[in-house]
Amino acid sequence: MRYASLVILLLLGTGLWAQDFPQPMSPPRLLNDYVGMLNPTENATLEQKLRGYADSTSTQITVVVVKSTQPYPAGDYAFELGRRWGVGQKGKNNGIVLLWATDDRKIFIATGRGMEGAIPDVIAKRIIREVISPDFKNQMYYRGLNNGVDEIVKYATGEFKSDGTEGDEDIGLGVLIFIIILIVIIIIIFSNINRGGGGRRRSYHDGGGWIPYTTYSGWGSSSGSWGDSGNSGGGGFDFGGFGGGDFGGGGAGGDY
Amino acid sequence: MSKTTLIVVAVLLILGMYGCNTYNGLVGKDETVNSAWANVQSAYQRRADLIPNLVNTVQGAANFEKGTLTAVIEARSKATGITLKPDQLTPENIQKFQAAQEQLSGTLSRLLVSVEQYPQLKANQNFLDLQAQLEGTENRIKVERDNFNGVVKEYNQSVRTFPASMFAGMFGFQSKGYFEASQAAQTAPTVKF
Repeated sequence: MRYASLVILLLLGTGLWAQDFPQPMSPPRLLNDYVGMLNPTENATLEQKLRGYADSTSTQITVVVVKSTQPYPAGDYAFELGRRWGVGQKGKNNGIVLLWATDDRKIFIATGRGMEGAIPDVIAKRIIREVISPDFKNQMYYRGLNNGVDEIVKYATGEFKSDGTEGDEDIGLGVLIFIIILIVIIIIIFSNINRGGGGRRRSYHDGGGWIPYTTYSGWGSSSGSWGDSGNSGGGGFDFGGFGGGDFGGGGAGGDY
Repeated sequence: MSKTTLIVVAVLLILGMYGCNTYNGLVGKDETVNSAWANVQSAYQRRADLIPNLVNTVQGAANFEKGTLTAVIEARSKATGITLKPDQLTPENIQKFQAAQEQLSGTLSRLLVSVEQYPQLKANQNFLDLQAQLEGTENRIKVERDNFNGVVKEYNQSVRTFPASMFAGMFGFQSKGYFEASQAAQTAPTVKF
């Protein structure tokens, strides 16, 4: 019976988390400012920087601004948020959550399991103490966040390489080949059916005219979507969402 | 006669298959618990490894209270003395393990509180780094403990639910212990600036 009550307690414990966590913004962003502390220009600039970094290294640094993390300590909140959102890539666990609780006046850098080596707790603490906190004390919030991100990037660089774009192309090619094979099979089936039909000459001809047309349109649409993803890389980076990274309690926090 | 034997054989076969299935499922969950336990222990080990460094740094400060330091050292050696193998995770053992670690947490937080009176320590870069590491270690311990409790819950549920519980008893799968949230754990080393 003692266990039964324990199990219930545990269940309650996990249930407690449920309410207070914001959903990631949609469309997905790396800068999630739920309080509105940054003006639109700052917001867009920092978002572009974070996306560019995620795009080139696959390391996802997300900046989250909330009013308060109460009743949880800032650290627990940051880990849980990182886990729930899945910041970082699955398997690499290369996510970082830079959390700022405006009412609590607390900052926390949570490092994913894969980033603990690149940014040890001591470094995370130092970044907060020496880079972010001083600016925050002077109410230069954007500068603090921006410099903090720069500093994180400095330490994190070289830890992971992106393989995202190559992977995308592989998938594109695979799908293309699959479609071609499918079309060939359909052609074969159709021509067989028509041949079996025997006397219906006309429909056989119709089928013949119909076949090259489909093949053509298939190619066209596929290459079109390729071009799209290529273009958007130039103007601004795309961010497709978080990748399922895990957090094991690495990181450090501080106040200002 | 032959019909009854056929039925008996069929029932036995079904039971056997079900038993195998249950057994394999339990083995999988048992392994998950074991690896979660390994993570818990390494998180605690990490803390234990930090302590000699911390003690040395603090000792360097002029006339630091000896009593606080010896308490930490003693609690550490007691805590590292208890290591549990994965097959020893009974509720009693876990409780013992937790008690020893909490003892250490308590002495550590007392140490960190008394440091407040030594401004030269608080400005010491080495000490600040150690503080950050200690803080991070406490976070990791918490994460791994929660994770352990989660997988043990799943394991215990399958061990104790009928009809799997029949087979669990037969194959010697016993329910395992949890970490219990305690007052002391919640007030474990807090670092103030």
